[in-house]
Amino acid sequence: MNTVWLAIVVLVAMGFAYQFGTQASRRAAVSSATKLHSLPGHYGMLVALWLGIPALAVILLFALFGDTVVRSLVMGALPPDILALPQAELLTVMQRIQALASGFGVLGEPAAYELSAAERLRTLQTTRDLALVAGVAAAAAAGLVFALRRISPSLRARNEVEAVVKILLIGCSTVAILTTVGIVMSLVGETLRFFSYVSPVDFFFGTVWNPRFVTVGSGSADGYGLLPLLWGTVLIAAIAMLVSLPVGLMIAIYMAEYAPPKLRAVAKPLIEILAGVPTIVYGFFALTIAGPALSGAGALVGLDIRATSALTAGVVMGIMIIPFISSLSDDIITQVPRTMRDGSLGLGATRSETIKRVVLPAALPGIVGAFLLAVSRAIGETMIVVLAAGNAPVLQPNPFESVSTVTVTIVKQLTGDIDFASPQSLVAFALGLTLFVLTLGLNVLALYIVRKYREQYE
Amino acid sequence: MATGTADTTIGAARAASPTTQRVQATLARRRAAETRFRLIGLSAVILGIGLVALLFASILSRGLPAFWQATLTLEVYIDPEIVDVSPAPDAAAFDSQAAYEEAFLGWQTELARTNWGRVLRNALLAYLPPEAAESGRAVEGLIASNERFELRALIQEDPGLIGETITFQGLADANIDVWVKGNIDRSLPDDRLPLTSDQRAWVEILLEQGVLTQEFASSLLFNVDSRSSPASAGLAGAFVGSLFMMLIVIVLSVPIGVAAAIYLEEFAPRNRFTDLIEVNINNLAAVPSIVFGLLGAAVFINWFRLPLSAPLVGGLVLTLMTLPTVIIATRSTLRAIPPSIRQAAIGLGASRVQTVAHHVLPLAVPGILTGAIIGVAQALGETAPLLLIGMSAFVAQVPASPMDASTALPVQIYLWQGNELRNFFEARTSAAIIVLLALLLSLNTIAIILRKRFEKRW
Repeated sequence: MNTVWLAIVVLVAMGFAYQFGTQASRRAAVSSATKLHSLPGHYGMLVALWLGIPALAVILLFALFGDTVVRSLVMGALPPDILALPQAELLTVMQRIQALASGFGVLGEPAAYELSAAERLRTLQTTRDLALVAGVAAAAAAGLVFALRRISPSLRARNEVEAVVKILLIGCSTVAILTTVGIVMSLVGETLRFFSYVSPVDFFFGTVWNPRFVTVGSGSADGYGLLPLLWGTVLIAAIAMLVSLPVGLMIAIYMAEYAPPKLRAVAKPLIEILAGVPTIVYGFFALTIAGPALSGAGALVGLDIRATSALTAGVVMGIMIIPFISSLSDDIITQVPRTMRDGSLGLGATRSETIKRVVLPAALPGIVGAFLLAVSRAIGETMIVVLAAGNAPVLQPNPFESVSTVTVTIVKQLTGDIDFASPQSLVAFALGLTLFVLTLGLNVLALYIVRKYREQYE
Repeated sequence: MATGTADTTIGAARAASPTTQRVQATLARRRAAETRFRLIGLSAVILGIGLVALLFASILSRGLPAFWQATLTLEVYIDPEIVDVSPAPDAAAFDSQAAYEEAFLGWQTELARTNWGRVLRNALLAYLPPEAAESGRAVEGLIASNERFELRALIQEDPGLIGETITFQGLADANIDVWVKGNIDRSLPDDRLPLTSDQRAWVEILLEQGVLTQEFASSLLFNVDSRSSPASAGLAGAFVGSLFMMLIVIVLSVPIGVAAAIYLEEFAPRNRFTDLIEVNINNLAAVPSIVFGLLGAAVFINWFRLPLSAPLVGGLVLTLMTLPTVIIATRSTLRAIPPSIRQAAIGLGASRVQTVAHHVLPLAVPGILTGAIIGVAQALGETAPLLLIGMSAFVAQVPASPMDASTALPVQIYLWQGNELRNFFEARTSAAIIVLLALLLSLNTIAIILRKRFEKRW
């Protein structure tokens, strides 16, 4: 909390520094009777930055390393027989020392070494706090003095301030790269560790998913076959696309070509509500309503449909994807040039013939792109399948039975305790990498197709 | 368009032409096909809207009753013979904080040892036939087990109540609630019903006397989750956890996302580096959310050793997930601002940073806000990545800081739907979904209002 207050003090000081800098630059302009290179405010900002950046850097350093240094100094002074204690007991000792040092007190008579360590901790903490304040003050003062002395009418204050702003902006935009690097490194790193237990061939081509809890080191390679999971994923995604593509596409066609503006203004946002509903809600809907309904409907026609099956998950996922397909396709269909429609209508084709023979073929690459993006959403979707697919990782072709998918298995293997040294947990990262590569491939392909299409008409 | 008469005249004049004959022969079929196509489109739209209606109607019809819950209003005599505790310790009488806390804990233990169940049972017996006293356990089973602790907390707060009679409102047991609402098939044989025949008779008596009523279930909103006493399980902990995460998401993703978008749109030269950033952002926007969860598990939990289940980690993961949304929305807003505004500013001598800060950004604020709100709404409904960083643990406390263990609203929904007490939790889960959807809907409404209000067409 102290650090936060100190940071606030620094921010307030930056405000004052801004004032100093502005006034100093005005005085400099008056005394040398020349025009300033930049606006007085820029000089103010420059001074504020010179004060703030070093001071905040000192705070950051202390926040990162202060506690660790103090702790290791206190631990270093403990008697050797205490240091030899196991980790958990050492932790208790440190907690007691901290309780003593903070004046909270401990139950029972504290040992002599505890008292001396607590005393030492207290002095060190005071020293650290003093050093922090002194360091921040010194850094701020040095920056302030340096910046104020630099002020002269010819100083290019604006350029310097803008350079800092630009560096900040670039820093923010590299976060995206860092995220990707983080994803790839963590996935690849843990996957490689997983492959030290299970061979890649067994993983990618295995047909049995049944990871048993074996002790570390004796890891048997069987039961880590990806294929049943991949099959479940593909099956559910296919059902989802069978539901969402016709419905979504017809909605898009009707909205773009037929619907009167009033209907469009009402119906479009209504359908897009579906896109804003969290997937856990769809999962619950699938589990409690869609599943029993489908099962009942199957019983009517003599089909044995399980309530939690590939069909249930697929149908509900299809409903989720409808607005995704309809709004993307709507945009694409509207982009097809008016002249092409007019040409076809002028030759005597009906509107549906124009749509089927002219507009859709022209929009096809874009629609394929939208389709691929939707497939990538479908295979990455988690909560619906966790709740409604039944979690039975068996390689079987019947969509009315339970299946399991890549995402379900990731959740299953990583919920609860995460043990980064067992293949049971690590396999989640290998599955994640597979999923990442699959979706990335689909996205890149989709973007490529869409981009190619755009070049045709613009 | 030719008028009807002209059409017939031309038709009559060229009746001999074989082409016209062929066209006319197909006309009826083609027009029918046109109508058919149009009807298919319209029915797709109706199906879409119908699905929205079905989803909301089913959730509302299941969830709304859960906002009212069977509640007992009792006159409770705090019998000093049962509640036999020493007076509460006084902080001033102890010389160290630790000693006081020990004494206070001792007093709390005394309170905890008290048989609060008997106090409540006696209160209930006043309304029931005398022979009920013989089956005390069954009587105690009428009231949610958590109410004992509520009563204890009341007395701990004000020990002066001992010996008094107070009006105490307590929730009835979950099974009573389900029974009263008629969600149990009453024709089931006795041994399969959760209530004994005595209990069923007592419920009728209590209903008649107006002791057992349906009250607004404030426990749903203001209690924390509870395992032992399902009737009093509430969303408070999940709500605060979600709030912490959303604050982190807003504080981090909006400034970073806007800065990144500004750099890419206004400053970035077209080179390999900026191309790389763009490709990254586009791909990150399409990466399945569960992959971000894997990133969080590997980087934040395994490398940085941040605590499991903490809203801090959840917030960071969701920030990375939302960032592309914010960046893309901000960029399209910036792109919509006409270049003439920038040219005018630059023509008057403003630098590019000044142009952006003084002219472009103020115009972009509504668009940026809309994008940020949509991003936050997306993050609020996200479940899958949170499961992987341990947020699905059972937490019976309101987290006091972003470092404490917590759940989130969608995760709480996931946990509740899996509860074994199906009859009760199906409604309660639906109610939790209603709360979540209401939050999302209001966020989206704000976004739409902002867009409508401040949107400018250039």
